[in-house]
Amino acid sequence: MSDVWVLVDHDRGAVSKVTQQLLTLARSLAAGTGGSAIAVFVGPGWTGAEALVARFGPAAVLVASSDELAGYQTGPTVEILARLIAERQPWGVLFASTAGGKEVAARVGARLGLGVLADASAVSLDAGQGNRPLVEHAAFGGAQIVRKTLRSAPYLLCVKPNAVTAVEAPGGQPPVEPVDAQLSGAARRVSIVETVSTAAGGRPAVDQAAIIVSGGRGLKEPANFSLVESLADELGAGVGASRAAVDAGWYPHSAQVGQTGKTVSPQLYVAVGISGAIQHRAGMQTAKTIVAINKDADAPIFALADFGIVGDLFTVLPALTAEIHRRKAT
Amino acid sequence: MPLSIAVCVKRVPDTAADKVLDPADFTLDREVVEAILNPVDECAVEEALRLKEAHGGEVTAVSVGPEGAVAKAIRRALSMGCDRGLHLADPSLHGSDALAIAYALAQLLAGRGFDLILCGSESTDARTSLVPPALAEFLDLPGLVYAKTVAVSGSPGELKVRIHRERDDGYDVEEALLPAVVGVNWGANEPRNISFKGIQTAKSKPVEELDAAGAGIDPARVGLAGSKSAVLGAAARSAERQRIVVDDSDGQAHIKLADFLQAQGLI
Repeated sequence: MSDVWVLVDHDRGAVSKVTQQLLTLARSLAAGTGGSAIAVFVGPGWTGAEALVARFGPAAVLVASSDELAGYQTGPTVEILARLIAERQPWGVLFASTAGGKEVAARVGARLGLGVLADASAVSLDAGQGNRPLVEHAAFGGAQIVRKTLRSAPYLLCVKPNAVTAVEAPGGQPPVEPVDAQLSGAARRVSIVETVSTAAGGRPAVDQAAIIVSGGRGLKEPANFSLVESLADELGAGVGASRAAVDAGWYPHSAQVGQTGKTVSPQLYVAVGISGAIQHRAGMQTAKTIVAINKDADAPIFALADFGIVGDLFTVLPALTAEIHRRKAT
Repeated sequence: MPLSIAVCVKRVPDTAADKVLDPADFTLDREVVEAILNPVDECAVEEALRLKEAHGGEVTAVSVGPEGAVAKAIRRALSMGCDRGLHLADPSLHGSDALAIAYALAQLLAGRGFDLILCGSESTDARTSLVPPALAEFLDLPGLVYAKTVAVSGSPGELKVRIHRERDDGYDVEEALLPAVVGVNWGANEPRNISFKGIQTAKSKPVEELDAAGAGIDPARVGLAGSKSAVLGAAARSAERQRIVVDDSDGQAHIKLADFLQAQGLI
């Protein structure tokens, strides 16, 4: 009842950054519960994931890996994980609070009669209450911080990307325990017919990126998103877009930041040509540091910026990109 | 092949309005903020109406929550073109968390013979996205979520739903046999405007009202006490921003910003 599990978030063995953060968090929680941090890997591609998972110090890894699992959406993960939780009763499981992570957590919770907390920005232990979890999350677009706990154990917690800083833990390869990957018919009900890649690739996904550069209507036309992308690439950042830019068809909805898009909490958020309507602010105002570049000195985005530039983005952006490139080179 | 479609809708506070949490139990005071139909649910309603137009059948708008206000959400869905409403209202549901609501919805929807149950992928207030997959699980149905397109094909008894599930770098094409639960993403479509005629005809459409007992809901599994998550406290978030603003009239603002980013360890 004391181990802290992490469901490894990965795409055919390519492990996400948030998994590294979750493993780091699991180690610190496990020190308080008196148990161990355990990684749980379900899906194809374990051999590609093994080395990276090991670097973040789980005491052991439970692996259900077969190529057959690639053909189905979350059904196999839900079934295998729920079975393991019911058998072994860990303290709890940490999920990435992303689309896929929350889907698995919701189904596992419903299946086992357990509660689920989503979108945690901080997780600690309530030592005076039998080590129940204390979870914080931003509500109403970041205007409120709500503190929650769960009344049912094992605890199922979805943790926002970038809520904790990933720290490696030297210690070599953890023992790997293969677990039963047998699937029922129910786990195969939703099949993946095809995966279509449309993005250029190479950039981090906007809901996981530690740095995000977002563009809005101030870019004037879709081709000018290349200015945003150049700065993003110089910073190793993901690219986001305002609802106005997405509604205009300039950038895909998967990049949209705001109330009807992604809610992000990166280390740095750079808003370019975005006025800062409430519907956008609701998606980004929990970012640690906010930078705004806008020609309108009265734009609401400046009210929540740590650093604002009132100026023409068409001159500022290329100059900034070149300046950062120069400083990185020296 | 006519389809029997349910679409779950939620009333949410208007984003632009101030949110007020009840200091007694930290639930949202939904009476003091102007309420609208969750915009993502409007996309689900639109998708349901398009499927009905393509295949025939009937669309039922379903909601859980206090009378009055939620009735307006259902009324709006009826005004868009849904055929009937199904409304669960009971004081015992106050304070239910996402999984408790999903359980209540499942009890409400089970055994009614719906081929397809649509939901918005998330609500613009809580934003957990937990309800659609949990609803699928409680109903023991396939759940297909984050859909940006929804299509139904096949012959009676072998009907399939196919969606494009949004990914960060593209999409997955997913398929399941009906009945199924589908979560529809914002941006899947452009929800239709409500016409005067729609508003007029909505008034005569039937809305079935049920309480918790009528829907077979175990009171121990809903409400503040029956929810597995508990709110311990809430506080206004203080975001102290540095509020440095520089004007680029001298053409040097990018240097100052680079200095700032370097000082913060961000480059």
